Amino acid sequence: MSDAFAGVLSLLALVALLALAYRPLGDYIARTLESPRHTRFERPLYRLAGVNPDASQSTRSYALAVVGFSAVSLILLYVLLVAQSFLPYSRGMDGMPWDMALNTAVSFVTNTNWQSYAGESTLGWTAQAVGLAVQNFVSAAVGIAVAVALIRGFTRNRSDQLGNFWVDLVRVTVRVLLPIAFVGAVLLVIGGVVQSFSADQVVDTITGGQQTITTGPAASQEAIKELGTNGGGFFNANSAHPFENPTGFTNLLEIFLILLIPVALTRTLGTMLGNHRQGYAVLGAMGVLFLASLAITTWAEVGAHGQSAQAAGAAMEGKETRLGEWASALFATATTGTSTGAVNAAHDSLTPTGGGAVLVNMMLGEVAPGGVGAGIYGILVMAILAVFVAGLMVGRTPELLGKKIRSTEMRYIALYSLTTPAVVLVAVGIAIALPSTSDAMGNPGGHGFSEVVYAFTSAANNNGSAFGGITVTSTFFQLMLAAAMLLGRFVPILLVLALAGSLARQGRVPATAGTLPTHTPLFAGLLVGVVLVMTGLTYFPALALGPIAEALA
Amino acid sequence: MTTTAPVQTPTATAGRTPIASGLLRQTVTGLRLLLVLTVILGVGYPAAVWAVGQVVAPDRANGQIVSVDGAPVGSALLGQAFDDPALFHSRPSAAAYDGLASAASNLGPSNEDLLASIQERREAVAAEEGVALADVPPDAVTASGSGLDPHISTAYAELQAARVARANGLDESAVRGLIAAATSGRTLGFLGEEGVNVLQLNIAVRHAAEG
Repeated sequence: MSDAFAGVLSLLALVALLALAYRPLGDYIARTLESPRHTRFERPLYRLAGVNPDASQSTRSYALAVVGFSAVSLILLYVLLVAQSFLPYSRGMDGMPWDMALNTAVSFVTNTNWQSYAGESTLGWTAQAVGLAVQNFVSAAVGIAVAVALIRGFTRNRSDQLGNFWVDLVRVTVRVLLPIAFVGAVLLVIGGVVQSFSADQVVDTITGGQQTITTGPAASQEAIKELGTNGGGFFNANSAHPFENPTGFTNLLEIFLILLIPVALTRTLGTMLGNHRQGYAVLGAMGVLFLASLAITTWAEVGAHGQSAQAAGAAMEGKETRLGEWASALFATATTGTSTGAVNAAHDSLTPTGGGAVLVNMMLGEVAPGGVGAGIYGILVMAILAVFVAGLMVGRTPELLGKKIRSTEMRYIALYSLTTPAVVLVAVGIAIALPSTSDAMGNPGGHGFSEVVYAFTSAANNNGSAFGGITVTSTFFQLMLAAAMLLGRFVPILLVLALAGSLARQGRVPATAGTLPTHTPLFAGLLVGVVLVMTGLTYFPALALGPIAEALA
Repeated sequence: MTTTAPVQTPTATAGRTPIASGLLRQTVTGLRLLLVLTVILGVGYPAAVWAVGQVVAPDRANGQIVSVDGAPVGSALLGQAFDDPALFHSRPSAAAYDGLASAASNLGPSNEDLLASIQERREAVAAEEGVALADVPPDAVTASGSGLDPHISTAYAELQAARVARANGLDESAVRGLIAAATSGRTLGFLGEEGVNVLQLNIAVRHAAEG
């Protein structure tokens, strides 16, 4: 079988699996979040936490709950990381230095999973499983809760109630993420991903040398790392490491887990709105952006369109033999199109065009299809922008899904659209102005600049992948990147919740002949256009200095 | 307007509480819930996956340790450095095949150092195997993503067959048979790429040379 045929077949298999899961999972998530009933397993959790699960929360109290929960998550994880030497199963590892621990705690609480440490040489298993993996679950659940609160903003009529954050959090975690992660983890173990609590083992090799073999509870972390679009590797090499991703089968399974919830949530959107075509239109826009990016990256990697790839005969620097160019291009697109950030190949060594395309995926604002929950609220913000632009063209007050888009809403939308790009560009500007930054770069010239742009784009968009040659262990980078992650996560979330509250308080307006239909291919096209124009206007100068210059050289 | 109580679900926050006290209350709730969830997700979940893994696929869950004469010599999933000219060489590694330091080179596509390394490796491999520069396959001159790649391409293995056969006093056809036995194809015929497991191949070469 030719490489191209196998590559295309892998993509078709992925699409088929996602299509099979789409309706059942999307509807299940909608039912889970709208059901008035609590399970016997959940009631004791609410009692232990002191939550009244039948109460509903105002916008303000929903937002305070998100902030409060994330704050304690941050503190608990920080303590676990700096104090890990006192914990069991710590493999003799010291506590993390304070700046690295702060960066890592922020990173996992914000669903970014940027890593300034190497797992196998820095962390024990308690810090990984009890600290990091727990945040992999709950930070993903927070994203979905916020997305659902925004959808409720559209469906509620003259109300200030957005639901109950604690109920949303618990249900998403125990009814959606935990069962799927468990099945995924067992399949990964069967595929060869390690799940062991045995101590590191030093073996004598057949040539008289030694090799240390370290395993750990990797499969359980791997499954939720992909499913929750988190992306933090158990090992430094992430999903390129053979213990995290040993075969073509585990590779496809991991890509499937990455895309599963972001894609299915468009069905959840349609189901909750009572308008499935609306979900399809959103999915269509996401799909167009995703497939275009995949085509570009695959063309560049498989065609070896770069200097080193030409010199070697194929773009295999930073790639694993068992995965190859096709599976690496697909993984790279999936991990940056969502805000996952796991990698099965070194993005720093991708061809200029391939590396540029994955960078642009993040710059789109992580909406193709985006992180769990974050992708849905991100694309809904863009959809409001699209109806606003369309409304300007014909001189009508824009509406979306039965709610008027007034100046209040547009203020939140404008701030949302500006926040992440402002964080990225200001931070890159500050970093580049410092002489020490050129020493931190792992590559000379334009590519070194791209490493800095990639780092802050990844952090502020909560992706977490890296052009890994850059050294980010200085206190400056640890704190700057932590700030970018925090601002890039919580400012948009608070704006989305404010928007949700503002929409929920409005009465629904009936659609008239003058209402722009938003469930059509035409609107999906407009949405794609708005996303591309926004990204282009914001980031073109930075892209021109980095990947574009390198690709043209 | 009547003043009867509105019929709606009870609210967690009646009226507008000040932000500070509201935040404090939500944070305490958050801490209690986080601790409960940590027990389930951070202890119960990995332990359950471990228990199932030890039953359904214990060898895989434990890292597919490879033994020779009962002594462990490596993992089928982790590559090793083989500099011995009588054995098959692995790919270049940015991690020197250190099991505690997986890493890629992270050298960019136009990096002069990378271009120079590729050229040096190409010349070294061509000289050692006695072939033309153009016959050296890509995986022989590039470092992998993990630094622990357990595989080489069949092309790179075939290229090394004559040298390994000569050094061990084996038939080249016998060595090619060993390569075929150490080759794993694509999963289900289309997922991933074919690769030759270098550790398993070298163990087989040693065994054949002794036998």
